[in-house]
Amino acid sequence: MFERIFSILKKEFLQIFRDPRMRSIIFLSPLIQVMIFGYAATMDIDHVPTAVYDLDNTKQSRDLLREFSYSKYFEFKYYLSSLEELRDVIDRSKVFGVIKFDRGFARDVIGNKSAELQLILDGTDSNAASIILGYAGQIVGNYNYRALKERARALVGNEISSIPMVDLRDRRWFNENLESKNYYLPGVISLIVTLMSLLLTSMAIVREKEIGTMEQLVVSPITPFELILGKLTPFAIIALMQVTLITIVGVLWFHIPIRGSLVLLFFSTLVYLLTSLGIGLFISTISATQQEAMMSVFLYNFPSILLSGFAYPIADMPKVIQYVTLFNPLRYYLVIVRSIFLKGIGIYYLWQPILILFVMGLTIITLSSLRFRKSLG
Amino acid sequence: MPENNTVAVTSLEKKFGNFTAVNRINFEVSGGEIFGFLGPNGAGKSTTIRMLCGIISPTSGSGKVGGFDIIKEQGKIKQNIGYMSQRFSLYDDLTVEENIDFYSGIYRVPKDEKQARKEKIIGLAGLEAFRHRLTSTLSGGWKQRLALGCAIIHKPKIIFLDEPTSGVDPITRNNFWAIIKDMARNGITVFVTTHYMDEAENCGRMALIYKGSIIAMGTPEEMKTKIMKNTVLDIRVAKGEDWLDKIETLKGVEEAALFGVSIHAVVKDERAAIDAIKDIFKRSGLKDYKVTKIKATLEDVFVSLIEDYDKEHDESKKS
Repeated sequence: MFERIFSILKKEFLQIFRDPRMRSIIFLSPLIQVMIFGYAATMDIDHVPTAVYDLDNTKQSRDLLREFSYSKYFEFKYYLSSLEELRDVIDRSKVFGVIKFDRGFARDVIGNKSAELQLILDGTDSNAASIILGYAGQIVGNYNYRALKERARALVGNEISSIPMVDLRDRRWFNENLESKNYYLPGVISLIVTLMSLLLTSMAIVREKEIGTMEQLVVSPITPFELILGKLTPFAIIALMQVTLITIVGVLWFHIPIRGSLVLLFFSTLVYLLTSLGIGLFISTISATQQEAMMSVFLYNFPSILLSGFAYPIADMPKVIQYVTLFNPLRYYLVIVRSIFLKGIGIYYLWQPILILFVMGLTIITLSSLRFRKSLG
Repeated sequence: MPENNTVAVTSLEKKFGNFTAVNRINFEVSGGEIFGFLGPNGAGKSTTIRMLCGIISPTSGSGKVGGFDIIKEQGKIKQNIGYMSQRFSLYDDLTVEENIDFYSGIYRVPKDEKQARKEKIIGLAGLEAFRHRLTSTLSGGWKQRLALGCAIIHKPKIIFLDEPTSGVDPITRNNFWAIIKDMARNGITVFVTTHYMDEAENCGRMALIYKGSIIAMGTPEEMKTKIMKNTVLDIRVAKGEDWLDKIETLKGVEEAALFGVSIHAVVKDERAAIDAIKDIFKRSGLKDYKVTKIKATLEDVFVSLIEDYDKEHDESKKS
């Protein structure tokens, strides 16, 4: 039995590593994705291009503007002088937001009225807009606090150290500076592992159908079990190599913290591979050509990423969709990988998703194997 | 074991839903025989081979291959037969040696014999100079011989060849058949399907399968004499193509076709047909012609057998 499995394994590796395209797909594509998510696809928002439309043009308005420009979040690109200009810079996406002071701002601040400051944001990117809104709120809040202090001093007549207020002290655990690369790079591991194991497995099996060697194998004494094991093991090994590669680049180049156990990372990857290799095997049974297999892989892969929590939090999804995500293996693997990297928690906290993946994987691979065996006849 | 290289099936049947692919066929192949399994595409050749090789199970009937039951002992059959298809099932991106090594591992050739058998196959295929070449760079004939070599690496007693010579030039085909005959002389039973009728002459015995049924079986000689009920006439005449239509529509002429410089006509009643043909030539004042009875080729035999079969079944459907 082992000799046959080993023969297939050896043959797969020879074929994969002989093909220059395959080599670059396996080693280059993880690197490219890591680079993209490490450098380009950052969700961190700062230096937002902003325009100022100050109709008041007083000391008070300039004071508040200075607060905005001192923070690293806003960068003033334009000073506007008309409403047409305001519309124009937003329409042309020259700026993301406009800070607008109406006439009478200073008068209201000095007097006893609430002064109004208008912030116009480009809502196309709703996510970014709400983050920027948060920053602006913080800046205005600080300004108000200081104004209040001054007002109080004027009333009391001497310096007061502080006004009793609730002071929010936030501590961001696990990703102290909320850097999005820390969040995304471990996620890239799960994406690469999924895509590669699905694609390589299904294509490798369908290719043998296409060139007719599958027919030859079916006539040989090899059992379906040996064939499946010989076909899946190489891609499991390749997936582990890719996990290693991404981890090394992520940790050494991008300084992603790896707080948990590497052993647990590899172990849970192996458990997750049961599901993705199983689905790859299933796709190979429903595809007659490599193109068909590739189409099926992408048909599965995109929804699986969208419903995994990779980019959009599952908690924000409609309830029904949240239930759907329970059947998405990637969801669990993503939690495991991120927890191992950032939280550094061990099997004590992670046994549940690992167990779910194991049960899912066992079910999928059993059903796929049965289907595969039937399709050979 | 006297029957370790024989094949025998009894009322073997395979249905796919309502469609009967193989209709209760019976035949026996003795050890060391080259048995041809002939028939047009879709006649049931591949389905029969697949049942014999233990890939699919028959709907009913029974059979033994190399002494093993085709229903209960599929695993043992697979270990003891060789199989080669027209697709030459080789890995193009592996070298000659790597292909051999792969099949050698799949069939678990004993370690101490691996090297010797590999050399033998390379010798057989004439690939000594190309052992490290990628298979994709080999020509059709070499691929074919390498595929055959890989199919017999485990020294099977019976080998199944499914259209082994399609897409290969005539010289290569002759070489290939020389190897096949050599194998048969060494006691290996060869079960071969082909649609090249001239190749069928190489078989010791053959069966003609059509629409799932075996409609004739025998040696090439028997096929051409006993089984062939019709006569073939060779008509030598100038501008044969002009006469073809007229001759084909004559009463008593089953079929007519251009054959090189002459027309071959398959006829039921030899005397009547000759008279009718001479008559049309005479009426147009032609004198330079020659009609002779010739020995049927296998192709003639198969074509007339299939036409007879179709006529019979059309009539039985109508009545």
